[in-house]
Amino acid sequence: MSETKTPSKLEKILSSGQLAVTSECGPPRGSDPEVIRKKAQMIKDHVDAINITDNQTSVTRLCSLAACIHLKLMGLEPVLQMVVRDRNRIALQSDILGAASFDIHNILCLSGDHQKFGDNPQGQNVFDIDSMQLIQTVRLMRDEGKFLGGDDIARPPKMFVGAAANPFADPFEIRVPRLAKKVAAGAEFIQTQCIYNVDRFKEWLKGVVDRGLHEKVYILAGVTPFKSAGMAKYMKNRVPGMDVPDELVKRMSGVPKEKQPEEGLSICVETIEQLKEVEGVSGFHIMAIEWEEKVPEIVERSGLYPRPSVGE
Amino acid sequence: MIVAEKKPMEEIIEEVKGYNKILIAGCNECVTVCEAGGKKEVQVLASALRMYFMNQGKEIKIDEVTLERQCDHEYLEEIRNIIDQYDAVLSLACGVGVQFMAEKYFTTPILPGVNTCFLGATEERGFWTERCQACGQCILARTGGICPVSRCAKRLLNGPCGGSTKGKCEIDSNVDCAWQLIIDRLKALGRLEQDYEKLTPIKDWSTDRAGGPRKVVREDVRI
Repeated sequence: MSETKTPSKLEKILSSGQLAVTSECGPPRGSDPEVIRKKAQMIKDHVDAINITDNQTSVTRLCSLAACIHLKLMGLEPVLQMVVRDRNRIALQSDILGAASFDIHNILCLSGDHQKFGDNPQGQNVFDIDSMQLIQTVRLMRDEGKFLGGDDIARPPKMFVGAAANPFADPFEIRVPRLAKKVAAGAEFIQTQCIYNVDRFKEWLKGVVDRGLHEKVYILAGVTPFKSAGMAKYMKNRVPGMDVPDELVKRMSGVPKEKQPEEGLSICVETIEQLKEVEGVSGFHIMAIEWEEKVPEIVERSGLYPRPSVGE
Repeated sequence: MIVAEKKPMEEIIEEVKGYNKILIAGCNECVTVCEAGGKKEVQVLASALRMYFMNQGKEIKIDEVTLERQCDHEYLEEIRNIIDQYDAVLSLACGVGVQFMAEKYFTTPILPGVNTCFLGATEERGFWTERCQACGQCILARTGGICPVSRCAKRLLNGPCGGSTKGKCEIDSNVDCAWQLIIDRLKALGRLEQDYEKLTPIKDWSTDRAGGPRKVVREDVRI
């Protein structure tokens, strides 16, 4: 995996064998670009690339593409998250070209949460193609320079293609085969669901390594710090596909409220520490939800700072 | 079969209140099986409406009929002789029946008395669930006989998504995850390993609703 196929900085760092660090920013529920710039400003020196979520949890927000362009204009490295829930194949391909026109070099292909969870539960969903087929679509556009319809693309997109993996969703037995399927579809990097159950993650990872998949795809382990015991409970009980062990909820509840954010950060740092040397982990994806200001601290405490610089 | 459910009484009253002579027309097919628009439901609805209008002090003629099918010329013709006696027909057939009747009796208002819901099956009496969205290109051979188009909330052809929890869908813990069902069935068939990792290609939705109103033409059986 040492040869790079795109100008992506994230790809360069991963292919150099160094642990990569990515984070994410959720765009605002309004049109003020300062919100996105401020969040990016907080984390830019501590991460290699910044994901911009695409109407996450189906709540309408400023679009991922526009937010990525704001990052690009700041000289930063965005990862365009793209869900297949809201756009058909025409719109998806069109937005990929739009992103490519701004030299956005990373894309994360996702299904998207069901619209039931958002602010428009009565809306239609699209799901013209699924997330695996979106991976295939980007690879077709990049590698063959073709549209799905078969026509040639003038100046094809040069995107490093990512996908998500949730090692904790059911059924567990197909979680490794499912990753293999995403790799076969063309995924080049993976950002995982938030890891709280480290043992289960390692069990999944072992299956990944046994099949040699870690040599075909870079896996960034996803982490999200708890801000409070309440958040830990919420993640455990309310968020689909999330595996939060009881002892973590207990640990968070066991400290006074004002010390809980600190405890949450410690758990997050410990998780990274435990996974840093594990075979198959190529980096970390830190999702500090509406807590971006803590990303630098997490990165520094985990010994992942300073970030490598790569030549253009 | 086509599964339908009764419209709320208030909505029906709103639909019919401007008319004085109403024919309530049931259908002896799918809506009879799902107990939304058969002979029995016609009787019950007619009685309820008579009672309602009587209490309102309004005299309304409400008659009842149940046709063998409302999606067939032959049976719809059975009311040609009486249709002019009515200001409106309240059809308890599915959306197909309502429309077919409206096409045939062009100057008579034909009103829907049920909401047409889906193509499904009777799990048990009083409980119907969806099985098919009539996409026009069946992929059941590939998915262990379980349809992700109709049964996955995201109609994923390469599922499951990350929201599958203990066999249930992220949208509702009472809804089965279609991909869990597919995986269980593939396993039972001894085909999980060979079939699961086959990438299902992008689907041609032109035979689905996306392609516009559809038709099936069989020249060999046309008269």
